[in-house]
Amino acid sequence: MTKNLKLDVKIGSLHMKNPVMPASGAFGFEMASLFDFNELGALVPKSITKYPRGGNDTPRVCEVTGGMINSIGIQSKGLPYYMEHIIPEYAKYDVPLIASISADSIEEFAEMSEIIGKDPAVSAIELNISCPNLEGDGKAFGMDGDLSFELIQKVKGVTDQPLIAKLTPNVTSIQEIAIACEEAGADGLNVANTILAMAIDIHTRKPKIGNVMGGISGPAIKPIIVRMIHQVRNVSTLPIIGCGGIMNSDDAIEMILAGASAVQVGTANFINPLSMIEVLEGIKEYMVEYNISDINNLVGKVNIPSSTTTLY
Amino acid sequence: MKAYPLEVLSNVQVSERYWHMKVDSTIIDESITAGQFFNIKCGEGELPFLRRPFSIYRINREEKTIEFLYLVKGSGTVQMTKFVPGENIDVFGPLGVGFSLKEEWDSILLLARGVGIATLAALAQEAAEKNVKCVAILSARSNNDLLAAETLQGFGATVVKVTEEDGTSNVENVQRLVNQLFEEHDIKAAFTCGSMRLSRLMQRSAEKRGIPGQIALEEHMGCAVGVCYACVCDVRGPHGINSVRVCKEGPVFDLEKVVLT
Repeated sequence: MTKNLKLDVKIGSLHMKNPVMPASGAFGFEMASLFDFNELGALVPKSITKYPRGGNDTPRVCEVTGGMINSIGIQSKGLPYYMEHIIPEYAKYDVPLIASISADSIEEFAEMSEIIGKDPAVSAIELNISCPNLEGDGKAFGMDGDLSFELIQKVKGVTDQPLIAKLTPNVTSIQEIAIACEEAGADGLNVANTILAMAIDIHTRKPKIGNVMGGISGPAIKPIIVRMIHQVRNVSTLPIIGCGGIMNSDDAIEMILAGASAVQVGTANFINPLSMIEVLEGIKEYMVEYNISDINNLVGKVNIPSSTTTLY
Repeated sequence: MKAYPLEVLSNVQVSERYWHMKVDSTIIDESITAGQFFNIKCGEGELPFLRRPFSIYRINREEKTIEFLYLVKGSGTVQMTKFVPGENIDVFGPLGVGFSLKEEWDSILLLARGVGIATLAALAQEAAEKNVKCVAILSARSNNDLLAAETLQGFGATVVKVTEEDGTSNVENVQRLVNQLFEEHDIKAAFTCGSMRLSRLMQRSAEKRGIPGQIALEEHMGCAVGVCYACVCDVRGPHGINSVRVCKEGPVFDLEKVVLT
């Protein structure tokens, strides 16, 4: 019965056979023996930086109720290694590869996108605009609408690859950033990166993360992400990738109903390595149960009574 | 590596702070080495949220069981004490790179502290199976925390205990013992786990004598399979110092290569 289900989704010219993919930084070849990567909608390797980076001090993760805080610092082997060793490894799979990029400046985002965009094994680029602008005041690009616009526009000018802007949730109005990215030519929006957080060991009085603060992920943040997807959906026509706290298919469906066309699973992979496969199976079962033939017909279908006046 | 549902055969408190669990490993169809670890799901709720990594205490190949000796410390290990015999638990592994005993190492010295003793106990078991002479210095807060000493003795190891309780665990005394045992037993390789302070001591002592060794490191982990880069340490390579993953390239590293801070 699940064979007739239409699960494929599009983000610009990126065509995925189903809406389930990993979140950057929570997935790698090391998982290849655990399940068949060809089952996924897309593959998203860990974010790459232009130059090799050592990453932050340990501890880089700590557990909190319903989630974890991480501050890895994008440990990376640099772009040449990525092009030579990492992309070819993922190109073996019959699934679109979304390259996730982090950079210190708009110029660097453009330079890296141009190089990566030319690789035929890459099907889309995810721009991690949540990382800090080191040539500016150190605040994330994605915290400023004008900077986000400039960044996306610049990258759009150097590559034809579909561009997905990975938004930061650490903003007053995520709608403003979403609009800026859409106007600049983004093809999709990832809502969202981790939420800035902190935890303290009350016995040693030290922060539980070496970098003092980090980003929280896991089920604890899911309601915030669902709210943000709903808000972004109300102001933008771009396809949304929901990301943040998906542990099972119910969580994924909730994000789809809020307005996500696809979903990324991150932290759940650490607890259940088969999470993504189970999320996909659960979505299919839900579609059968509710007689939904096309996943796209579920997107944004939250029932909000027309008489409701929502105050944000 | 895989998430295996393993049946708990026993799970009992063995001292004030330590518990011992034995599980049926019949369904694990891959090799398990001393020094490797399993990432155990301790509960279903929101806390503990992540799995907890545990090195293997004993590998009983004929009986097809594995054992863990764990220190009850936080929400994960508190939850683990509630596992009951007959229950199937979610055990992910085996993970990482374990110890490797080279053929020419016919006499080895172990230096372990606290819960690190559990990790080196599996090595002592392997040494016994390979007829390698094993000498161990075990350090802990109290004698009560040194129950694994009997296990090592059971494997034929010569065990020296040092504790805060007896006032014998200070660095000077351990250094004196290490020097003495290196000489007395013609030690060919040195192994350590459980204390940064003692690991530095062992690294210096082994280096001075030109003796090779291995160290099992502990670190907070995220994925435990090498994708998230949460657990890293520095090791010396041919081209300088590299940051490597404790869960993937380790947790056992060559003692002389690890940068201990």
